[in-house]
Amino acid sequence: MDFANLHLSLSNILPEISIAVFLMLVVGFDLIFHEDKKLIPYLALLGLIVTGFLVVRNMGITDSAFAVTSMNSGGMVAVDPFSNYFKLIIILASVIVIFFSMSSSEIKAIYKRSGEYYALMYGMILGMILMVSAVDLILIYLSVELLSLSSYVLAGFTKLRNRNSEASLKYIIYGSAASGMMLYGISVLYGLTGATNLFEINNILQTTQINIFTLSFSIILIFVGLGFKLSAVPFHFWTPDVYEGAPLPITAYLSVASKAAALALLIRFVHSTFVGYVDTNGFWDMISVFDWQTLLIVIALFTMTLGNLTALWQKNLKRLLAYSSIAHAGYLLLGLAVLSNAGMSAVMLYFLAYLIMNLGAFYVVMLVSNDNDKESIDDINGLGFSSPLLAVPLSIFLVSLAGIPPTFGFVAKLNLFAAVIDANLITAVIIALLNTVVSVYYYSRLLKHMYFNKIEDTVAAIKVSKTDTTIVLILAGLIIFFGIFFNNVIEFVKNSAQLL
Amino acid sequence: MQGFPLLTLLTFIPIFGMIIVLLLPKSAENNVKYTTLAVTSIQLVLAIVMILNFDYSAGGVFEVSSFQFIEKVAWIQIPDVAFLGTLKIDYFLGVDGLSAPLVLLSTIIFFIATFSSWTIKKSPKGYFAMYLLLNAATMGVFVSLDFFLFFVFWEVMLLPMYFLIGIWGGPRKEYAAIKFFIYTMLGGVFMLITMIGLYFSATEVLADGTQAYTFNLLALMNQNNYLTDGILSPSNPDNWRFMAYIGLFVAFAVKIPMFPFHTWLPDAHVEAPTPISVVLAGVLLKLGTYGILRISFPIFPDITRELMWYIGLFGVINIVYGALAAMAQKDYKKLIAYSSISHMGYVLLGMASLSSVGINGAIFQMFNHGTITAMLFLIVGIIYDRAHTRGLNDFGGLANQMPIYTGFVTVAFFAAVGLPGLSGWVSEALVFVGAFGVESIRTITMIGMLGILLGAGYMLWTLQRVYLGTLPEKWKELKDVDARELAMLVPLTIIVVVLGIFPSFVLNIMTTSVNSLVDFLSTTLN
Repeated sequence: MDFANLHLSLSNILPEISIAVFLMLVVGFDLIFHEDKKLIPYLALLGLIVTGFLVVRNMGITDSAFAVTSMNSGGMVAVDPFSNYFKLIIILASVIVIFFSMSSSEIKAIYKRSGEYYALMYGMILGMILMVSAVDLILIYLSVELLSLSSYVLAGFTKLRNRNSEASLKYIIYGSAASGMMLYGISVLYGLTGATNLFEINNILQTTQINIFTLSFSIILIFVGLGFKLSAVPFHFWTPDVYEGAPLPITAYLSVASKAAALALLIRFVHSTFVGYVDTNGFWDMISVFDWQTLLIVIALFTMTLGNLTALWQKNLKRLLAYSSIAHAGYLLLGLAVLSNAGMSAVMLYFLAYLIMNLGAFYVVMLVSNDNDKESIDDINGLGFSSPLLAVPLSIFLVSLAGIPPTFGFVAKLNLFAAVIDANLITAVIIALLNTVVSVYYYSRLLKHMYFNKIEDTVAAIKVSKTDTTIVLILAGLIIFFGIFFNNVIEFVKNSAQLL
Repeated sequence: MQGFPLLTLLTFIPIFGMIIVLLLPKSAENNVKYTTLAVTSIQLVLAIVMILNFDYSAGGVFEVSSFQFIEKVAWIQIPDVAFLGTLKIDYFLGVDGLSAPLVLLSTIIFFIATFSSWTIKKSPKGYFAMYLLLNAATMGVFVSLDFFLFFVFWEVMLLPMYFLIGIWGGPRKEYAAIKFFIYTMLGGVFMLITMIGLYFSATEVLADGTQAYTFNLLALMNQNNYLTDGILSPSNPDNWRFMAYIGLFVAFAVKIPMFPFHTWLPDAHVEAPTPISVVLAGVLLKLGTYGILRISFPIFPDITRELMWYIGLFGVINIVYGALAAMAQKDYKKLIAYSSISHMGYVLLGMASLSSVGINGAIFQMFNHGTITAMLFLIVGIIYDRAHTRGLNDFGGLANQMPIYTGFVTVAFFAAVGLPGLSGWVSEALVFVGAFGVESIRTITMIGMLGILLGAGYMLWTLQRVYLGTLPEKWKELKDVDARELAMLVPLTIIVVVLGIFPSFVLNIMTTSVNSLVDFLSTTLN
């Protein structure tokens, strides 16, 4: 590494620097204003806006930071349209979640400690935006740990729920085991190739003979770490318990942002390390040392099937959405399993849709449980008649999650399945489509509770502030708008699907 | 009529109406009904204008040039998408002889069902908003010529139907609504996969001379557009055309509903409120058979010829099974629901003949079944409103108590049975003549003719049980039909009688298109 020229890389990591600076500002504000924490969320929002602006400024650049001078590409951090896209996704999710936290009664209850809360959230954000651009095994591990440590604390932060500490503890135990395995896998991979940079590893895999068994072993270990974050079967056991026990804004955040980071990291790991070349149709020609496609398809199908079938029996809204998010992780992995540019951009589009509809659904659930302190499926009985302004957006989110037109969720699913069919994986598509039929059952069960109940067990109207209503309506409006006019959004994703 | 967006208006006026309905304040709930009535009246007028300006000599089916009232705008166009080349979806509407009668039918049925919805008490705003959304989606399916657009409208139909049954339905509404939802969704999934497969198999030349994959139904019918190695290309020896055909057929069969996918229908009908039953039987069931004619037949003519016997067989099973099941019912509405299944069997049988007479009969049967069954459900609704029971054995001798009502009942029943002089007879006769003329399905056609006998059996038996005999004491208070109910029954009766005597009013609209469809089916890929 050329230490004299390190500063040249700084302009490429301005977003990361900005997050780190605002992290310190949040901590500083927390210390200075002991009693008054009102400003902190706004400071956090400001930081995200500044960072978002810096990311947009970097759009279109393909470069890297802290590069090894001997090689043209790939230092520690890649700056490319792909990472910028996921950084924007993470920032968008964080902005929504900060609004979320501002109106959540659970976070209001720990008003005194809310400085730490936002600081920890910033820790997560820093970990995540490093994850989506890391191209070095060391940095990959460090950023995953940064994300994990902050989220372990946040999962048990409020201590208001009975299962709060349980959630945190479970998350730590499962998480440390998974990250330990990942670290082990990384060290084995390093031992085999002698390199930590993904591009160098790629080079070595192409040129030298490697013991396939040991290599597969290390890949599977690394996959465990990422699969844990993605809540892919069989590493999903923590998901429902943690989602149920954690404060609602954190649940929503874990279900979207940390998945985005893990997914981006997985895509980059597969693409940078194992793709020999990309053919003219955009299919990835893999270095034939490990059968990624079979692994991903099997995991994807198991993940979506288990998620959907288990979601059928859930009575708790958070658990139901947790299992539904496991199912969606399955669809995302199936898109990646195509191993083509088409599959990758389909996954990226799907994630954007998933972000909006899932955060929207959690937002409404949060508003409902804010008011009556419950989150069972019976607590939305008759919502359609008592608070139509919440019920109608929630219906739109659910319909979109089920993939019914004219919603963004449908466009994303169509795009994803089209990529899979184009790769001739017909059986996988049929299983995935039957899965969506199963998912319709539990999503429509929520609709049933909202609209088909008897008048006597209708819940009382739910008091909601204007800001919250506006945010929910905007999210629902986006779902419908992108469901009909998806020209620009597909084009944007297309332009972003370029890796270093 | 050049340049006048007639079909867009037909499709989107209900959406506009829905927005008005949703914006009206709670205090103005009566205006909701009048808005809906205004919307459906405008639609009816537009449909009549369409028929008056309709060119009877234009074939349509697979030729863009002979479609009428065409509107084509690029909806989605993205150049250089990584894997798709240019991604292009058109907003492409048009009618020909296959769709025009059904557009007319659905405007009539939605107009009449509005009157039937007048008595809805539970949150009328929501009800009429959903009703109008359903209306728009149905119309959209009938007029779209782009598969993607067709699919979007097809799926959009699901939700309003789910809510209409689930919120405003009877005691087991939740079960019926979810069953309907899951069944249709399952069918939709198979349609989706076929649609994507077709998309990757054929290309179309764009205005700028480049090739692009296409959802355009007419382009998909042209065998020259298929790639040599597409997954659904006829020239590809390992193609999946057979499986795709089955998948697509299942999607449509669920809607018809064809045995063995029919079990949702009796539940949905029994639980749905009267106007929704009317719309369901009158219009929505036709979407299945229309889809087969519009998409399955011309895109897969080779497989269609191969499977025509099976399609006919399922038609006959529908006829006989539906009739036998109807005979066993004790619930008036369930009886009509099963008779619907039986009558849709005639449509399938007529289509399976692949002959001009048979398909003419099939489309005419769709039209007639729409009007006659709408009448039958209205008749059940009228008696249910008064007596709050639908048990066939609870009644008797209503003819004396409600003479005018019984007059309409008689007309509807005899039309359903197929009495010469009423519209049902003409289409059934055409179906049987068409099917009998084809050697390969002659035997099963003869079995299907049993349906006429069985149909007469259950209909006349019902007439006898409910309307003849002695009137039980408790029904002495029942009033005869009022003005609103007359407004619904009279127009339908007129249609049934007039089309029985002058069937050419409707037959002329479709004949040219049916002929070109039949030609196309026998010559393409042969």
